[in-house]
Amino acid sequence: MPSPTPGFARAGGAPIGTPSKITQGSQTRGGIGESTLRPDGTLKVTGEFAYSSDMWHEDMLWGQILRSTVAHAEIVSIDTSEALKTPGVYAVMTYDDLPTDVKNYGLEIQDTPVLAHGKVRHHGEPVAIVAADHPETARRAAARIRVEYRELPVITDEASATAPDAILVHDNRTDHHIGHVPHPNIVHRQPIIRGDAAEAAKRADVIVRGEYHFGMQDQAFLGPESGLAVPEEDGGVHLYIATQWLHSDLRQIAPVLGLPEEKVRMTLAGVGGAFGGREDLSMQIHACLLALRTGKPVKIVYNRFESFFGHVHRHPARLFYEHGATREGKLTHVKCRIVLDGGAYASASPAVVGNASSLGVGPYNVDDVEIEAIALYTNNPPCGAMRGFGAVQACFAYEAQMDKVAKELGLDPVEFRQLNAMEQGTLMPTGQPVDSPAPVAELLRRVKAMPMPPERQWESSEGADVRQLPGGLSNTTHGEGVVRGVGYAVGIKNVGFSEGFDDYSTAKVRMEVVGGEPVATVHTAMAEVGQGGVTVHAQIARTELGVAQVTIHPANTEVGSAGSTSASRQTYVTGGAVKNSCELVREKVLDIGRRKFGTYHPAWATAELLLEGGKVVTDGGEVLADLVDVLEDEAVEVEAEWRHRPTVPFDLRTGQGDGHVQYSFAAHRAVVEVDTELGLVKVIELACAQDVGKALNPLSVVGQIQGGTLQGMGIAVMEEIMVDPKTAKVRNPSFTDYLLPTILDTPIIPVDVLELADDHAPYGLRGVGEAPTLSSTPAVLAAIRNATGLELNRTPVRPEHLTGQA
Amino acid sequence: MRVNFTVNGRPQEADDVWEGESLLYVLRERLGLPGSKNACEQGECGSCTVRLDGVPVCSCLVAAGQVEGRDVVTVEGLADHARQRSCGDASGTSLDEAKGWQARGTDSQTGEGAELAPIQQAFIDAGAVQCGFCTPGLLVAADEMLERNPDPTDADIREALSGNLCRCTGYEKIMDAVRLAAARQQEAV
Amino acid sequence: MDFLRPASWEEALAAKAEHPTAVPIAGGTDVMVEINFDHRRPEYLLDLNRVGDLYEWEVGEDSVRLGASVPYTTIMERLRAELPGLALASHTVASPQIRNRGGVGGNLGTASPAGDAHPALLAAGAEVEVESVRGSRRIPIDAFYTGVKRNALAADELIKWVHIDRADGPQQFSKVGTRNAMVIAVCAFGLALHPSTRTVRTGIGSAAPTPVRAKAAEEFLNAALEEGGFWDNGKIITPSVAKRFAELCSGACNPIDDVRGTASYRRHAVGVMARRTLTWTWESYRGTAARSEGVA
Repeated sequence: MPSPTPGFARAGGAPIGTPSKITQGSQTRGGIGESTLRPDGTLKVTGEFAYSSDMWHEDMLWGQILRSTVAHAEIVSIDTSEALKTPGVYAVMTYDDLPTDVKNYGLEIQDTPVLAHGKVRHHGEPVAIVAADHPETARRAAARIRVEYRELPVITDEASATAPDAILVHDNRTDHHIGHVPHPNIVHRQPIIRGDAAEAAKRADVIVRGEYHFGMQDQAFLGPESGLAVPEEDGGVHLYIATQWLHSDLRQIAPVLGLPEEKVRMTLAGVGGAFGGREDLSMQIHACLLALRTGKPVKIVYNRFESFFGHVHRHPARLFYEHGATREGKLTHVKCRIVLDGGAYASASPAVVGNASSLGVGPYNVDDVEIEAIALYTNNPPCGAMRGFGAVQACFAYEAQMDKVAKELGLDPVEFRQLNAMEQGTLMPTGQPVDSPAPVAELLRRVKAMPMPPERQWESSEGADVRQLPGGLSNTTHGEGVVRGVGYAVGIKNVGFSEGFDDYSTAKVRMEVVGGEPVATVHTAMAEVGQGGVTVHAQIARTELGVAQVTIHPANTEVGSAGSTSASRQTYVTGGAVKNSCELVREKVLDIGRRKFGTYHPAWATAELLLEGGKVVTDGGEVLADLVDVLEDEAVEVEAEWRHRPTVPFDLRTGQGDGHVQYSFAAHRAVVEVDTELGLVKVIELACAQDVGKALNPLSVVGQIQGGTLQGMGIAVMEEIMVDPKTAKVRNPSFTDYLLPTILDTPIIPVDVLELADDHAPYGLRGVGEAPTLSSTPAVLAAIRNATGLELNRTPVRPEHLTGQA
Repeated sequence: MRVNFTVNGRPQEADDVWEGESLLYVLRERLGLPGSKNACEQGECGSCTVRLDGVPVCSCLVAAGQVEGRDVVTVEGLADHARQRSCGDASGTSLDEAKGWQARGTDSQTGEGAELAPIQQAFIDAGAVQCGFCTPGLLVAADEMLERNPDPTDADIREALSGNLCRCTGYEKIMDAVRLAAARQQEAV
Repeated sequence: MDFLRPASWEEALAAKAEHPTAVPIAGGTDVMVEINFDHRRPEYLLDLNRVGDLYEWEVGEDSVRLGASVPYTTIMERLRAELPGLALASHTVASPQIRNRGGVGGNLGTASPAGDAHPALLAAGAEVEVESVRGSRRIPIDAFYTGVKRNALAADELIKWVHIDRADGPQQFSKVGTRNAMVIAVCAFGLALHPSTRTVRTGIGSAAPTPVRAKAAEEFLNAALEEGGFWDNGKIITPSVAKRFAELCSGACNPIDDVRGTASYRRHAVGVMARRTLTWTWESYRGTAARSEGVA
């Protein structure tokens, strides 16, 4: 299809635009700042977009995983003989069949067995894998594997984990945290001490304490874990996979297979959402093992039941807070202790501890703080990354505290927050100055200023429209018992990987003439998980290279790492890498132009040169050459890594250090209607104001904010993985009992986007994806408290909590 | 067993079908039509919604043997279905007003030249697609609702789509897309 | 696994007689989930989709003869006047997609205490007509549920019709779930006023091992309405009467704690629903229907 014509003059040599100077990209359409549409949109609406579970190969087999039925046990024996005899079965593998000495994997700590060895540590742990010619054959065969367990007592909370006689979830730890944790069942501990909280407490006119409980949330991406591993002629394997970070997967997969990394080729298949749940491996190694063992392509697709066991969840947490404030409403100090349940394996727990502690006070200016965060090893399901990553749990608790203090002082909760709101220049508890705009008070002002949704919208001339009432279609109220409440919250999230992590991205950009037109190709390993990174990359290339046509190359490991699609970092870091590589390509193209045409026009040597509309132009708008003539048959290509400014680890004793790259802020106002008799909640509106620095694609930015907002609402009123405290078994691994908000549960979500540039970031942008998930939850809780007068120290809040029937 | 039925207007035959297979599995793994999605396989998410003899159903809850001799429309056939509904009257004119200069896409990953149903175009234009896994089911459900109810209220849209979960968008842009499709449909009449 | 595809009711009965372990499948709502999640591997699946009789219904003088497979969507849209309680209950079943295929036969066959149709059937008064090659019989709804997910069907019997009394007065249905749509009942309550017999009937879902009626509550209310002359004078129900009725409905529950809710919440919620549905139906009886009936 021909490309649309860029909207400015093409006449050779004639000045274009106005006499004032133009800047790179300002004359090219479809660049940054526009709401261009997704390049994968058409394929996604026609059903042709190939997700990882859609992969198909001639002669492929189906893989199946046998998982532990108990949470904590010694494995006495495994008998696979009956399974192997099943007709149609090609392979059955256990720990004993692993090909090398590397039998564990893990993001930071390699503590997760590929297949259980001697012991299982959580319900649903992989024990054996099967490949067969039909998924049902594989399931039947897996069911014939006999595993004898000798059950062990389960460790499920801090008390059982740190009891003097507690069984160690992991014996003989050798990771780099073991030296500083108080107990081997603690993965990591991060204290943060700044000022003197005990001394400051003496100045406080009010002191408010609270204990809070945050439930276990699931990412619940809709596309289940899946992929296809194809054995290759050179003895390697090609994995088509849905993941958040191809190169991190590769680093963990190759050693287990005993293959050099270049023999494990990875191509990103379509990803049906991620939200942190695809940061760890799931079926990747299992599919590769079976493919290499059988010599046939192997596809594995989890069903929803298995998906609940197949990825880590958001850490449930207990949080203990003490806030002090003066009568005038200034915070004197904050003390807190955050206990995160990491479950059986480390996953991202150490980094989650870093976030929970360093962001534990929230977006407030407090000089005297005393924070401690720990993550436990238990026999509960492993927990790791999920959108908001440690900051979510803390925000729920500190915002509840802020409301309590305000109430104690008789102050308006928004004004009290604004009195203590951090600003540019404020020091974080870590001592790190916030060195870009921090419009916390302004965001609160904006959400508060939004018009309120009308009351009693459910009333109509024909009666009550139950669809707009608590209980919805279930017809529980026609207005009886319904009380409205309003609540506010604001949060702070870091952007990018912190604490000294070398958080870089790579982008390969190529420019050449195709079909008589200059075309840019952007190739990165960035995992497009739905966020719209591919849209933004094309926009950046148009802006930086002044072309209309941009091809986004499929993501794979033939190009360097793009880091993870997490921590709100991809537009910043891989976007930054694309920008950087485009700039390098632009310079090379201009060099070619200077070489070829420099003698024809002095401007080639003297003027600032730009690429606009497929031409080389001066910043005065004079066209010097057509890119088609500059490039001719030549292709200009650059692959380069790009880094944001470095960070440092937090001091293990004091937590001090410039550990974060950037901060992102959002505020919410929640309006709810609660059926106070039945304890049912209808969220009417969740208004959000967020500073995004610069909206590269406003449509996508708003979509991210609305999506993040709803995930925050989910954990407020319905979403929770329930684990039996006696057995550590998951009680609701299905979409029947793990409830996600439907469109009928969803409020209107008006969004006010603020763009205050961060001068340290490409285009001044700020990571967007996570901040809205933070403040949404406490805003809803605050609104429910406002409606009911109840204290509500846990989330999600269920009907029995609102009716005193828990 | 063998199952014969019609998908998107074409007769199809699936052989060696295991009796416990769902229509969803047969479509995805045997007929090369993976557009209907396998998100929950328990009727809770709507991602596998197809029309069975015209009626939206969860294809994960239809046993393969139950579709013998029946008529199925999937997301892959939605554009044709919409075109036939408008009786050959190409639904084009109002679509040309699609916002944005590259609504039909000019990038490598777009299905170039694909003819879309109005609801499909509206989902793209309104930004209702993120990861896209819920999209096929939502499109089939939304298209059927607009067929029955061309001028829905917001509450009508929410009720009609309450069987389709989306985890990315917060549903706001899905609401926008359905409103947009309804408005364009009205203009076109 | 074998897939049996009878083309007629007689063929279906013959197949069920020959293979008593065969699992009937119609809307697939329960059976397919069990198969997809490997919870069940029946030897035979007995497809009822081609049995046209099951999709028919007939409105008689006093009752409606409802085919076991008539989809909930049809009940909502076509039988709202005759079966208002069941129509309201149908509207709360799962999602539009499920309501397009599922019917009352599935709810009865599975006999889960959480099935949405049960409280409405109990309140309206119904008989389940089942048939085998041996003949047919009508099982009163009160005798149909025999245990957790167990019913009065013999191994060779299939559910053909449900005979439901046509509404002679207002009916209501209310269900608590932790989501505003597409949710399994935490508990549910159905109430039907029967002015022709001057009685009320109730149905409670998900708050006992089987769907149950709150008989003590019915008796109390019947007596109180009679005593106060309410059926004739059309007065507002005394708050103390409504309160006592609600307490007795709560008392009829024998619930458990599970992932969907606590036992004590279920008792509490049934009481609230009982009081509210009584108010709605009674206000409707008194002639102020427009103000009190929910619309959706």
